[in-house]
Amino acid sequence: MVPLSHVIIYAFLMFAIGMFGALARRNVFIVLMGIELMLNAVNIALVGFSSYLGNVAGQIMAIFIITVAAGEAAVGLAIVLSIFRNRLTVNIDSFNLLKW
Amino acid sequence: MSWTQFFFYVFAGLSLLCALMVVTRRNAVHSAIFLIITFFFMAAVFVILKAELLAAVQVLVYAGGVVSLMLYVIMLVKAEEASQVKQNLGQIAIAAFIALLLALQVGSIVYLYFAQKPAGKAAVEALKYGGNTEGIGALLYTKYLFPFEVASVLLLAAMVGAIVLAKNRLER
Repeated sequence: MVPLSHVIIYAFLMFAIGMFGALARRNVFIVLMGIELMLNAVNIALVGFSSYLGNVAGQIMAIFIITVAAGEAAVGLAIVLSIFRNRLTVNIDSFNLLKW
Repeated sequence: MSWTQFFFYVFAGLSLLCALMVVTRRNAVHSAIFLIITFFFMAAVFVILKAELLAAVQVLVYAGGVVSLMLYVIMLVKAEEASQVKQNLGQIAIAAFIALLLALQVGSIVYLYFAQKPAGKAAVEALKYGGNTEGIGALLYTKYLFPFEVASVLLLAAMVGAIVLAKNRLER
């Protein structure tokens, strides 16, 4: 039996790493990967609580989060692609205009 | 310390290591490969926590779907462009500080509250239907039917949105 506290600490370390990636990197793909890592950290916490309580609701919630994350990745990458066509770069610092 | 616990620490540590590699590699393709490895170790952790269906979904949807989509888009934009984004060191220090602060803060609070309570129990509600996958499936189509339908509408909207956004303007 794994202590619940260790699962939650693992989830928060993963969340912190993902947040570091989303905040510090300028390559827009790595920012998106950081967001994916954060969503996964939330899944770990949900599964940890689900297995601690013996309740399956947390796992169903995690499945919905995976669904939303897949949609988010698809739309996010489409946005990156259409910005790349206009500005010819993936540096997030140059994505500073809302209109062109 | 039981073997289950030992393997939890092994997989958790390896996945954290790979996640660190994801956010520190310069080349986005290397990051994507490390992201796949991270998701595999996370699936192993899910198995230890008795969420077998979620482990399979994790490998199929994330490692198989999301990351390969990312790799395709990385290949569509110029690869040399993607790997030569310059870093600003001041930004890294601030981001690392904020991330560490969050981890320490929440980690300590969690540790004080849930010190030694055991996780890794199979879901009772799911066992009633015969297993993890059966239980989740049964609940998904009965108790959680409405969120399930909303999720499918969301996926449709995401698909239409992605097609419209990624469509080349010149073809219109």
